[in-house]
Amino acid sequence: MKNRDERLIFEKSVSGRIGYSLPKNDVPGIEIDSVFPKEMLRKAAPELPEVSEVDVIRHYTKLSQQNYGVDSGFYPLGSCTMKYNPKINEDIASMDGFAQMHPLQNPICSQGSLEILYKMDQYLSEILGMEKVTLQPAAGAQGEMTGLMIIKAYHMSRNDEKRVKIIVPDSSHGTNPASAALAGFEVVHVPSSESGCVDINALKEVLDHTVAGLMLTNPNTLGLFEEDILKISQMVHDCGGLLYYDGANMNAIMGIARPGDMGFDIAHLNLHKTFSTPHGGGGPGSGPVGVVKKLIPFIPAPVVEKEDDYYVLDYDRPLSIGKVKSFYGNFSVVLKAYCYIRIMGAKGLKEASTAAVLNANYIRKMLEDYYDIPQNRICMHEFVLSAKKQAEKGVTALDIAKNLLDRGYHPPTIYFPLIVNEAMMIEPTETENLETLDAFIDAMIDIAIRAGEDPQGLKNAPKTTYVSRLDEVKAARSPKLAWGR
Amino acid sequence: MEVKQGLYYSKEHEWVRVEGDQAYIGITDYAQDSLGSIVYVELPQEGKAISRDDVLGVVESVKAASDIFSPISGKVVEANEALLDSPELLNGNPYDNYIVVLSIDNQDELKELLSPEQYDEYTKGE
Repeated sequence: MKNRDERLIFEKSVSGRIGYSLPKNDVPGIEIDSVFPKEMLRKAAPELPEVSEVDVIRHYTKLSQQNYGVDSGFYPLGSCTMKYNPKINEDIASMDGFAQMHPLQNPICSQGSLEILYKMDQYLSEILGMEKVTLQPAAGAQGEMTGLMIIKAYHMSRNDEKRVKIIVPDSSHGTNPASAALAGFEVVHVPSSESGCVDINALKEVLDHTVAGLMLTNPNTLGLFEEDILKISQMVHDCGGLLYYDGANMNAIMGIARPGDMGFDIAHLNLHKTFSTPHGGGGPGSGPVGVVKKLIPFIPAPVVEKEDDYYVLDYDRPLSIGKVKSFYGNFSVVLKAYCYIRIMGAKGLKEASTAAVLNANYIRKMLEDYYDIPQNRICMHEFVLSAKKQAEKGVTALDIAKNLLDRGYHPPTIYFPLIVNEAMMIEPTETENLETLDAFIDAMIDIAIRAGEDPQGLKNAPKTTYVSRLDEVKAARSPKLAWGR
Repeated sequence: MEVKQGLYYSKEHEWVRVEGDQAYIGITDYAQDSLGSIVYVELPQEGKAISRDDVLGVVESVKAASDIFSPISGKVVEANEALLDSPELLNGNPYDNYIVVLSIDNQDELKELLSPEQYDEYTKGE
């Protein structure tokens, strides 16, 4: 990894070097300003890199080799559900019949694609226990925004204008309060109890006629199932509020429990987590939102409906909050998730959740003698350990994460959730085999032992990666975001 | 972790130093240590009226962004603008670098804050 070439492609440019050859022009030339208005023409030539074909190939191949993804190794990034992305999803989504569709094509010529959207509404409604699902939102956070706008539209439609508060637990994903604030609500935090779940008494204190709704992830951010969920939903409904389900952790309960049955009124899913479509750099995402019957009038338009034997786009929805995304959402992502659901089947989805939960509990149990685990009981698809024992010796969660890099693993999420000191949030997902889990456990145990014996020795990691430890303060305060000559 | 004498403390890990009818407010050594390297501080507008538990500002570190909740009510007399260019001052000397100065609305609110001994005890339980 030493002697690396870190130059940008622009810096590799040599004047006059080209990677193409064009045939001689055999049509008459015309002046460019005779076809384009002059003010739209650039005055100087674009500064494109001048390189040969092999330069380009080597440059981008090298960049791709610096990447680490689910295809390269174990990626237990808690809260992100970095599950494997089956390649057949990509094959199907690249089929010409789908990939070459135009969004404005007459519905009569796009029945196949509309059928996919219609069926996904049905499948996801069944999985969520909801009445109808909009596929428009392009990500989880946009799904939250959509859900909150629906909550607002619902209360306003009943002239219930005093409902200005959204309640979120202190363990919630940061997007929850952010979405609520963006949607114009006042955010109220409720603390977690000793057991890591919503503190019912604290919740009772904030519930009144000004509450528009409660946002909850279940299983929650600590990977624990909110066992009081029926009581919580009863309490929120009794004061006239709605319940919003953040589907970030749906991978633990597919086919086993449904948000609709728990009393939730609105729920979003992350197809790029739970339903195996790529995310991060491989996105885009998709965050469908399901609603109960009374909220259907408010979901984004258009909605795919079936009339006789034809699928149609219904725009005539006067109470709808409107469009939240151009056209019909990220269609190809929905299509990939459709493939996943069809391939797995109802039984397969349930097995995926079961295996995800088993894998997380296996790691938790194997690490409990080496790390502090604040909520050390049966967890769902992920759990949070604390590196506080190691931190006392000077080895922080950050140091442990950096040492995992040297052992070939993407580290778990660190310092989140905020309610656990030196948090490390581990989510193995269902696709990993026993050998992979054991190797990761061995690495974690070895780091814990070394933290006791030679803490200083762990401070220099990573040594085997493309770049060593970065200056995070400088990265945050003076990032270099653009290249200039 | 250092807990300085002569200051009031809040459970949200702020300190309050009273000078006449004004209060200097900052974050504690415990707070800066848990946050890690601080990279950004957001300050309130001078003249702004703040109620107790309102958000005074935001401290962002390499780990997390945290609201600073005001331990008392009052009007912002001054915000420490040196922190805008040098947020790391809060890591270096948390007790010498205040975040804001408030004019105190209600001296009684101070009585509800923690003493150095109580705060020391409180952080040991966290």
